[in-house]
Amino acid sequence: MTTIDRSIAARVRRGVQATRRTRAEHVAGALFSAPFMLYAILIFAVPLATAVYISFFAYRFTAPGASIEFPFIGIDNYTKILTDPRTQQAFGNALLAIAITVPVTIGVGLLLALALNSPLRGRGFFRTAYYLPFITAAVALIQVAILVLQPDGLLSSLLGPFAPVDGFLMSPVWAMPIISLFVAWKQLGFFVLLYLGALQSIPAERFEAAEMDGAGAVRRFFHIALPGVAPVTTLVIVLCTITCVNIFTEPYLMTQGGGPDGASTTPGLLIYQQGFQQGNAGYASALGIVIGIFILVISLLQRRLFRSS
Amino acid sequence: MTTTELIVTGRRAQHRHRPGASARRRRAASRTIQVVALSLGALVFLFPFYYMLIVSFSPSWTADWSVLVPGQLTLNNYAELFESTNVGRSMINSAIFAGGVVLLTQIGALLCGYALAFIRFHGSRLVFGTVLLLQIVPFQVLLIPLYVLVTRSYGLGDSYAGMILPFAINAGVVFIYRQFFLTIPVEMIEAAKLDGAGHVRTLLHVILPLTRPALVTGVVLSFVGPWNDFLWPFLITKAQEMQPLAVSLISFQSNIIQRLDNPTGAIMADATLLMLPSVVLFVLGQRWFTTAGLGGAVKE
Repeated sequence: MTTIDRSIAARVRRGVQATRRTRAEHVAGALFSAPFMLYAILIFAVPLATAVYISFFAYRFTAPGASIEFPFIGIDNYTKILTDPRTQQAFGNALLAIAITVPVTIGVGLLLALALNSPLRGRGFFRTAYYLPFITAAVALIQVAILVLQPDGLLSSLLGPFAPVDGFLMSPVWAMPIISLFVAWKQLGFFVLLYLGALQSIPAERFEAAEMDGAGAVRRFFHIALPGVAPVTTLVIVLCTITCVNIFTEPYLMTQGGGPDGASTTPGLLIYQQGFQQGNAGYASALGIVIGIFILVISLLQRRLFRSS
Repeated sequence: MTTTELIVTGRRAQHRHRPGASARRRRAASRTIQVVALSLGALVFLFPFYYMLIVSFSPSWTADWSVLVPGQLTLNNYAELFESTNVGRSMINSAIFAGGVVLLTQIGALLCGYALAFIRFHGSRLVFGTVLLLQIVPFQVLLIPLYVLVTRSYGLGDSYAGMILPFAINAGVVFIYRQFFLTIPVEMIEAAKLDGAGHVRTLLHVILPLTRPALVTGVVLSFVGPWNDFLWPFLITKAQEMQPLAVSLISFQSNIIQRLDNPTGAIMADATLLMLPSVVLFVLGQRWFTTAGLGGAVKE
């Protein structure tokens, strides 16, 4: 009896200690993640709730201190997004930017990664060279781009008669494509490294075996390399989409705020113009929410695609 | 067996009989193509940096190709920039802004990454989900409410705290640390626990010394974001003496610099000052980076 009692008592005691230990773990986990979660609340949750709230009002920026009641207008801001031609133009420009950056990134990025994926002297140099624009301030590189893209600049002299007379940035046809190419160029090094990482995780024997079997470079590319890097390719599509919708600094500085006549205005720039230049904070918030939902859907689609493959 | 496989096996037999010259020649040719492609790429990527540097050290600027040939080099553009603008103050602002972000990010991300990797606790899935979510939310989405909150509700317009706050903890860096911690053998944590070390001691004395490569990646990534950013500090710094380098460059450009002898040279000098710290930090830290670490900021 007593031995059983004692063993039960010991087990209970051990159980109590265990729960006390797991409780301590719960507390430690909560404390350790507290700074990040506090930040997430302050910088994500509260602003998100504020954005949703503001987007249902004709909210305007006023002088600090002045408190004005803003009229509740329901979903008017959201219906305006669907009908406003300026907004449609901005989303159209984003689509154009996606249609340019995605193929350029996949094509050139994969090509450079393939070239880097074999022992070679100076590999480190090339990797660094490709990555530099990605970690350099856009504002600094834009200053160079503005000079190179001037009507009498280097790119015009390179293209000769094919270059637009007013320069690339004043041309309604060229402004958005040239900004898209700049954006693609700037972040390309990042994707080269991602592709390189994916290529390196494909066993070298697979390439060698295929080569032994007489598969040419083109065949090896389409049957081994391309399927091997598919997860990175879907990531390219998602990240390029997010980037293109939110381009701000390039049109703000290169085409004097999305010109000529809105030809290079993006949704990201439109939020700034509507919110800060015209004071329509309610409408700008609604734009932000719509972009956020759009990006969430794209990311979830990618994650699903990723899992199934 | 498919037809392709049949063809392939047939070819393999042929290959065995004649190894050598043609294959070697083909390999040499593909090698040449490879080097040419890589060099062309490097030219396209490095050209703007060369352009920026050479113009910043040249006495004058022209739009044509002659500007690329280094002639007489001078520090005059830098001297004029420092004399006519308070670019020095801007550099200090940028350093405080980026330094604050780097510090806060390391503290928050190391703690959170440790919790996600080594502690089993209620809500860990919520925390991890938040980390993933915050990585894909672009800044512009919450631009308006953040501006309203930071300048009006929190009263932090024209302050370092207001600049730092939206960047304070980089979710990508949390993710990098978590991923790195997961590669550390659990036995090390358990050994530390048996020795009576709490989580804080384990993190500081067992984990941190092993974390150097990830730490370098985390510091560089969290530095580059605020140092390079334009939009947020542009919105919340109205006073020029509070503006970081990226913002003040644009302000100087539209007024003071236009009055200088060689405005383009001065702008390129300013751009060089803005470009250099991120590049230097990246090149110095490079041997510690792993592709996975750099990709980790966004990759699941």
